[in-house]
Amino acid sequence: MSQHPDGGSSRQPPLRRPQLRVNPIACDAHGLCIELLPELITADPWGYPIITPGPVPLRLQPLARRAVAACPTLALMLTSPPR
Amino acid sequence: MTVRGSAVPSAGRPPAPGPRDLRLIVRDEPLSLAEHTACYGPLPSGPPDLLIAEVERSGLTGRGGGAFPAGRKMRAVAGARGPARTGRVVIANGSESEPASSKDGVLLSRAPHLVLDGIALCASAVGADRAYLCVGHAAGTSDRALARAVAERAGAGLDSVPVEIHPTAGGYLAGQESALISALNGNAPVPTFVPPRPAERGAHRRPTLVLNVETLAHIALIARFGSEWFAAAGTPGTPGSALVTVTGAVQRPGVREIPLGTPLGELLHRCGLIKPAQAVLTGGYFGTWLPLPAALTVPVSHEGMRAAGASLGPGVLAVLPAAACGLAETARVASFLAAQNAGQCGPCRNGLPALAEALNWIAFGQAGPDIIGWVEQLAGLVAGRGACHLPDGAAGLVRSALTVFAADVQAHLSAGPCARASGPPVLPVPARWAQ
Repeated sequence: MSQHPDGGSSRQPPLRRPQLRVNPIACDAHGLCIELLPELITADPWGYPIITPGPVPLRLQPLARRAVAACPTLALMLTSPPR
Repeated sequence: MTVRGSAVPSAGRPPAPGPRDLRLIVRDEPLSLAEHTACYGPLPSGPPDLLIAEVERSGLTGRGGGAFPAGRKMRAVAGARGPARTGRVVIANGSESEPASSKDGVLLSRAPHLVLDGIALCASAVGADRAYLCVGHAAGTSDRALARAVAERAGAGLDSVPVEIHPTAGGYLAGQESALISALNGNAPVPTFVPPRPAERGAHRRPTLVLNVETLAHIALIARFGSEWFAAAGTPGTPGSALVTVTGAVQRPGVREIPLGTPLGELLHRCGLIKPAQAVLTGGYFGTWLPLPAALTVPVSHEGMRAAGASLGPGVLAVLPAAACGLAETARVASFLAAQNAGQCGPCRNGLPALAEALNWIAFGQAGPDIIGWVEQLAGLVAGRGACHLPDGAAGLVRSALTVFAADVQAHLSAGPCARASGPPVLPVPARWAQ
């Protein structure tokens, strides 16, 4: 599992941070999320998003929300971690 | 396990089977309702919470392959939001879409009333008013015989919730729980994205309990004889007995009931292991190859298999004879799994055929050494990226083949396919599902 850029030093405890998740059935590889959030989302050989596992760092959360809003098939989600 | 007595006891409350006795399939022919009642005693009744607590205490885990704690599943459905104690759905999963497995079909044909008891008990425990028994056609289960068993019980006024028999669609994924629910809701029999979990919103958008038919049969016995009795067989980590299907290089293939934790060697010996055998596929086509004879000491239990880097899955154990080629076998299964992908998720739709093709090049073609890296890369690219576990299972199977048959891989890469690769297949791949 890869480490997130900002470690765990910010105010929001890592366990409470939202995570990115893709619904692979809904995803059509439009690739907007990969353009908007390359820090956490990369393309596989067929153009489908590979999401860096783990909570979204605080400083990337606005971009993550933009990527979620930009997905034409509503396949990308920010989910709150299970309690 | 041994067959208890020579005949079914006829009068009085029958004693509970001993820890080494057969529990689920006591003889080779179907048990009628009267015989079933004579053998196990009448269907017990009690407060719903009591049964759920007893199943939780027993440590029973799902026997369809997922090994999820059955009691926790029941509690989730019973406690799901919505109108209290009404309108839930119970699905008994006897689809058995795993080509090498036949234990669910054998159980349904020999002991239908244990499964139907389990359905009735679970329906009352979770507050269901609809129940389905989903059956495949792989292992010779007869819809007519099952319908007769259901009618026999209706005549005796046994089941408060009617049981509808539902034939599962063909295909490897049709028996997956979200695919079953999708089919019951009138949609295509393919997996759906989770959430919502079936316990929250399943068949007819109601909280739905999906349990494998063998799991339900165990619940029927736990309700009668208790959790301590159940756990007297098996190991602390994997209590109880289980049905396993042994195929391949054995003289007496078929379904056996074993106390969990039985060493693999003891089980294979009892089935007449044909030596020399080179490996055993554990856990079905989502499973793992283990080398023989090293694996003979591995206990057939969840923790035993896990420690060996494998999984028990739905209890399939397929022995590969020395005369077969493990790469050819795995390549055929990989092609089958690739063809079975539902075409819904991009990484699986693209990655599984590529993975299968690469492995087929190793098994049957002339491949360069770079291909091993490509196979590993593809396995990493598909695993964990589907709505269901098909890509994970295929990736795990292929990876274990590269490890266990590493010497064969080197031989194939340097000198082309071995002579064994053109021999007859050992692992069954249903042709009727190929398209």
